[in-house]
Amino acid sequence: MRNSAFNILRQGLTGNRGWPRTWRDRTPNRRYDVVIVGGGGHGLATAYYLARRHGLRNIAVLEKGHIGGGNVGRNTTVIRSNYLLPPNTQFYEHSMQLWEGLSQELNYNVMFSQRGQIVTAHSEDQLDSFAHRANVMRANGIEAEILDRAQLRRVLPYLDWSDRQRFPIWGAILQRRAGTARHDAVAWGYARAADRLGVDIIENCEVTGIRLEAGRVTGLDTTRGEIAADRVGLTVAGHTTQLCHMAGITDLPIESHVLQAFVTEPVKPLVHHVVAYGADHFYISQSDKGGLVFGGSLDGYNSFASRGNLGIVREVAEAAIALMPCIAPLRLLRHWGGIMDMTPDASPIISRTPVEGLYLNGGWCYGGFKATPASGVCFAHLLATGEDHPLAAGYRLDRFRTGHLIDEAGAGPFAWLQ
Amino acid sequence: MLRIPCPCCGPRDHDEFRYGGDASVPRPAPDDPDPEAWHAYVYRRQNPKGAHREYWQHVLGCRQWLVVERDTVSHRIGSVVMAREWQA
Amino acid sequence: MTRLSQGGRIDRSRMLRFTFDGRTLTGHPGDTVASALLANGIRLVGRSFKYHRPRGILSAGAEEPSALVTRITGDLREPNLPATMLDLAEGIVIESQNRWPSLSFDLQAVNGLLAPFLGAGFYYKTFMGPTRGAWKVYEHFIRKAAGLGRASEAAAWEAAPVRSDFADLAVIGSGPAGLAAALAAGAAGARVMVIEQDAVPGGRLLDCPEASVEAAWRRAALDRLAGMPSVRVMTRTTAFGLYDGNFLGLAVRDDASGIGALVQLHAQRILHAGGALEQPLVFPGNDRPGVMLAGAARRYLTQFGVLAGRRVLVHSCTDHAWQTAFDLADAGAAVVIADQRPMPAALAIAAGSRGIRVIDQARITATRGRSAIRAARVESPTGTEWIACDLLCTSAGWSPALHLTSHLGTRPIWLPELNAFVPGPLPPDQAAAGAVTGALTTGAAIAQAAEAVRALGFAAEAPALPDLPEEPHALTAPVQTTGRGKAFVDLQMDVALSDIALARREGFEAVELLKRYTTTGMGTDQGKTSNLAALRAMADRRGIAPAEAGTTVFRPPFTPVNIGTLAGRALGQHYKPIRHSPMHDWHLANGAEMIEVGLWIRPWFYRAAGPDAGAAYIAEMKTVRQAAGLMDISTLGKIEITGPDGATLLDRVYANGFAKLPVGRARYGVMLRDDGIVMDDGTTSRLTDERWFMTTSTARAAEVLSRLEFLLDTAWRDLRVAVTSVTDEWAAMSIAGPQAQAILTRALPDLDLSEAALPQMGVLQATWRGSPLRILRISYSGEWACELHVGARAGEALWRHLLETGAPLLRPYGVEALGALRVEKGHVAGPEIDGRTTLADLGMGRMVAKRNAYAGHVLSRRPALTAPDRLQLVGLDCLEPDKRLRGGALIYGPGQPESGHGQGRVTSVTFSPELGRYIALALFAGGMAAEGQEVATVHHIRGERVRARIVSPHFLDPEGERMKG
Repeated sequence: MRNSAFNILRQGLTGNRGWPRTWRDRTPNRRYDVVIVGGGGHGLATAYYLARRHGLRNIAVLEKGHIGGGNVGRNTTVIRSNYLLPPNTQFYEHSMQLWEGLSQELNYNVMFSQRGQIVTAHSEDQLDSFAHRANVMRANGIEAEILDRAQLRRVLPYLDWSDRQRFPIWGAILQRRAGTARHDAVAWGYARAADRLGVDIIENCEVTGIRLEAGRVTGLDTTRGEIAADRVGLTVAGHTTQLCHMAGITDLPIESHVLQAFVTEPVKPLVHHVVAYGADHFYISQSDKGGLVFGGSLDGYNSFASRGNLGIVREVAEAAIALMPCIAPLRLLRHWGGIMDMTPDASPIISRTPVEGLYLNGGWCYGGFKATPASGVCFAHLLATGEDHPLAAGYRLDRFRTGHLIDEAGAGPFAWLQ
Repeated sequence: MLRIPCPCCGPRDHDEFRYGGDASVPRPAPDDPDPEAWHAYVYRRQNPKGAHREYWQHVLGCRQWLVVERDTVSHRIGSVVMAREWQA
Repeated sequence: MTRLSQGGRIDRSRMLRFTFDGRTLTGHPGDTVASALLANGIRLVGRSFKYHRPRGILSAGAEEPSALVTRITGDLREPNLPATMLDLAEGIVIESQNRWPSLSFDLQAVNGLLAPFLGAGFYYKTFMGPTRGAWKVYEHFIRKAAGLGRASEAAAWEAAPVRSDFADLAVIGSGPAGLAAALAAGAAGARVMVIEQDAVPGGRLLDCPEASVEAAWRRAALDRLAGMPSVRVMTRTTAFGLYDGNFLGLAVRDDASGIGALVQLHAQRILHAGGALEQPLVFPGNDRPGVMLAGAARRYLTQFGVLAGRRVLVHSCTDHAWQTAFDLADAGAAVVIADQRPMPAALAIAAGSRGIRVIDQARITATRGRSAIRAARVESPTGTEWIACDLLCTSAGWSPALHLTSHLGTRPIWLPELNAFVPGPLPPDQAAAGAVTGALTTGAAIAQAAEAVRALGFAAEAPALPDLPEEPHALTAPVQTTGRGKAFVDLQMDVALSDIALARREGFEAVELLKRYTTTGMGTDQGKTSNLAALRAMADRRGIAPAEAGTTVFRPPFTPVNIGTLAGRALGQHYKPIRHSPMHDWHLANGAEMIEVGLWIRPWFYRAAGPDAGAAYIAEMKTVRQAAGLMDISTLGKIEITGPDGATLLDRVYANGFAKLPVGRARYGVMLRDDGIVMDDGTTSRLTDERWFMTTSTARAAEVLSRLEFLLDTAWRDLRVAVTSVTDEWAAMSIAGPQAQAILTRALPDLDLSEAALPQMGVLQATWRGSPLRILRISYSGEWACELHVGARAGEALWRHLLETGAPLLRPYGVEALGALRVEKGHVAGPEIDGRTTLADLGMGRMVAKRNAYAGHVLSRRPALTAPDRLQLVGLDCLEPDKRLRGGALIYGPGQPESGHGQGRVTSVTFSPELGRYIALALFAGGMAAEGQEVATVHHIRGERVRARIVSPHFLDPEGERMKG
């Protein structure tokens, strides 16, 4: 059944008894052309575009728990395309354009809300570097604005404009098309749309081994039996290295780290944009339900535990109040952690691997959510054709050897260690 | 907060320390000309889920670099030795 | 009035006034806002999240889903506070929320009529047209309708400090188990902290009348604990989270202001004794004001002397609810019991003796009452009837408050006889006792607590058990009923059984999916009274046992915590440390405009030179170029290096060679990261054969020191070198300009500052007024210049002395002028050393042409780092006199389309008074190979296009004649 206002009315009058399952509950077949490991946003999007754009039908998505239980359901839902370096600029803008039509394409309201993202600047040098970024965006056909202090104050009157501000605000960069989306709905919408195209979505199916013959993938061992596959795509950010270990790849340029996320109790609309603090690690938006959703920096040591430490909770609270003092009386409702694949240049990996037939999509650091549609498109292209998608050719694994790094922050390898 | 028993200063909160990452990757000799060796040192990581040997520096204490054995799932800390005394 | 003339633990001798929605009401010390509202006969307290249905007070504790209010103190609005946890105080102003225009008449209650169309997840299925951008319009209205209370944009928070604390044993909860555990461990001499979220310790013992054995035991236990110096009982304190390293986050409410302070408690051992939360039954119309948990009604009676209803219907499946019925009847209420179970014989006798009517095997299938409950329809084997009531007490049993036990990953397990989850196997340094484990009687809790304390390793003896009366505690699994009207599972999020059924139909069966799709448990109460019911409803529909369905993961905090509490006093200027140079006070007293540079506060410019930075920096540059300037450079990182292998260390960490640096000389050096990218630059002076003085950039000082220490502690342990930060030991200033040498010679007449004694890059060591002084003949501005490093205490005196000696020629200058002077000389800084540039990119490739074995050399030779089209340093001359260059502008070469990423960018710009035009440093593809080309610098945002010529970045005095003096 299509999702529509008409069907909501019709179903509402008849006890809502006619709504079908959002995706079928499938048991795995013995063989697939392509198996995607990981039923998060990137995996489901990849399966959807494989079916939709490349016409493949014999596809499975394997998920060890339930759909969307990983980072797609844990992130702070920010979507933007304000990147400085090629190919990031074009890749994330392509993603943005896909977001702009995603609810309609999937017939599922992912609540993509283009409310604008603002990053504050706290020195003249920072404003210059924001100007550089904004110029690159404009010159690549992406809208961007620079606000001076007075302009920003009119937009965000609740920031700390007083003499008490430790790092006075000089201005900001604004991307109006940036915003947020309802993260769970992205996973569910892609799952539903992929399912409608015949993709098998198999939950509670954990991969326990990768079968190889003569350096090539032949299938997977899972908790629901052996599954043969010609091509396997990994979309298991956070656990990329663990899955690759199963295929004998033990030296990826990836470390797993925990990033915490926070939400307050719901309040009436207060924060109307996505706001990021340019003087430190802090960003915030308000969900449609009313909770202020925010985050900060990594916990700072390798971790596979999806929980955070109290020190970072305090740091993030301090940064929150430093930027917007009015947040102090609001109450933190919940905080949690997600496990991130962190790469040495903080850019992702969409790449073939040394094992033939095994493809890798990971290393999203803490920016994977906004990339979901473009990541799905590019990874589907790689899996279907064996060739890099032009937008993602820069995300190959070999860039660390050749030096073609994409280091937006210029922070250097594993800089979060310092 | 983790509590790291510094061999010099006793147990301290981890926010007194600076994290230095995987201690199992040996640094090539200063004059090692092999790009592969440096590539492995700078970029490649085992990233184990479980026991991890890693560097921490007690920056707000004795400033010693330490080698800490920590579980990356439970965050329980096992042995802690001074990096200068550690035998890989 | 529902306040009884006696009873309760309130101070009736004093009256407190407060306002609720503008009405002035009264209560007593010891009241909560909830008990005071009930005492004033107020039952309608708020409106629900989605349907705006009238809601009252369900509970007497932190689990409250419905009675959320806003407290207003001047400009400060604190929304969503449970009235049940808010201590009454004189004059407090309370407002109800989520209603318009008023609480009793709320226009958005129309949502209730649309409920059939607003089921779980309806918003995912619509609002997608007619255009792509339509969602923005819908969202505007949805956002306004959502949210609960209203926050203010004003900043009016009173901060409380964060405290660290330590305990051998943290006991979470002060009910029978918690008090017994504290007695046992305290007697064994352990440092114990008992943590109680309520204002009064005692937990469920407070439900017992003062004359009872239980109450007497509580009083005696508290007396004994008060006599134990190693035991602390913290009330109004919520253990909101358990974190790695056995850290408990505690939020301590000040009893006067209500503002919370954070305590980070490091506990060697933790005993979970937080009790269990009573659960409401699910039946149609179970959300009306006047529907209350049975235990809460009893608490309001015994603790606050409030009889919450005169005609009471008790609907439950637990023995404990009967005690409520008995106590309310004894206090004068007319009570009917409608139990879901077959008649419990022993209790029936006790009920009969009180004249209480009992209906067994009863189900409620409907209720009536617009703003408060008036009647409930009870179905039983004996028939169906409407029973009039003004209070409906319900109990579906208990859900252990096991939240903190699962914060570190311990999965709860299902206890069939309790029909609920209890803590799973805990690590050896944690234990649980009392109702949190399913031990529902006082006697069992006390006995279990002593056992748990011993298991945690304390040499504790079991406290003597009091002679407790028998406590009936049987229960059965609750039955959820449907019928006309919504049967609510989650009162705050307005999730009904019909929503659970829809989620099941659409495949959102896994417990996490159920939560996310229906929003069950996502409210401010985190589902403390709804998660179990939702789980049961889904399990029933799937035909599986609740244990099989599993439970969601509990996340901290246990109850919401103010963000201000977490931040403590790190507010405003205290957000980050502030660093001042030894000459800071002088700058302030002498007209410096200061600016934040990292953690430092530095002179930006001096107002004597001009009214703003733009005017002043040009004047200050002229002073340096034409006379002499003095700059405070104390912020430079300074590192002392000692030992026989110091030269080897320097030779390895700097890209350029340092092995042969002679004593008495300084050298400029650049460090690379191991990946071959430039990390930092600075100078190092050789003071003696085995002693060096290194300076780093202000920004990278800490990083450079740690890196040196790392290399020496790990890979290069064989080097005999020590490195020490001496940044704060030395005040540093730079004197520069054509008159600098003359002024310095006059100021320091005892020193030989001639070219022979102090040549370019020479180092001189002396003392000045008893303080060590190091003079380094180093120029950043390109003029004859020296860095003077003097013991920090003598810093201001030397600064004054130089300025007095040099007056009127010598003047101070700030960072704005410094930045401009270095652009004229083509020195790179932060905008160029941006973490992506190599030595060659910065025009310094020749420094290392013949060198190997320095850190970063191998990876700096990777193909992409040596490609000919890399962005490399150039200078730009502005070719349009009436225009200016701007930082951040893109550069396009001749004939290039002015789109995309450009061939480069402008990094640093200044007006050069010497040259009379704008000049800039830039990074341009191919670098100086394009020297002489005319390019376009385009600032797309400003709509500016300025022509410029690529020139050498050494704009001024490229031969370095001026430095020679």
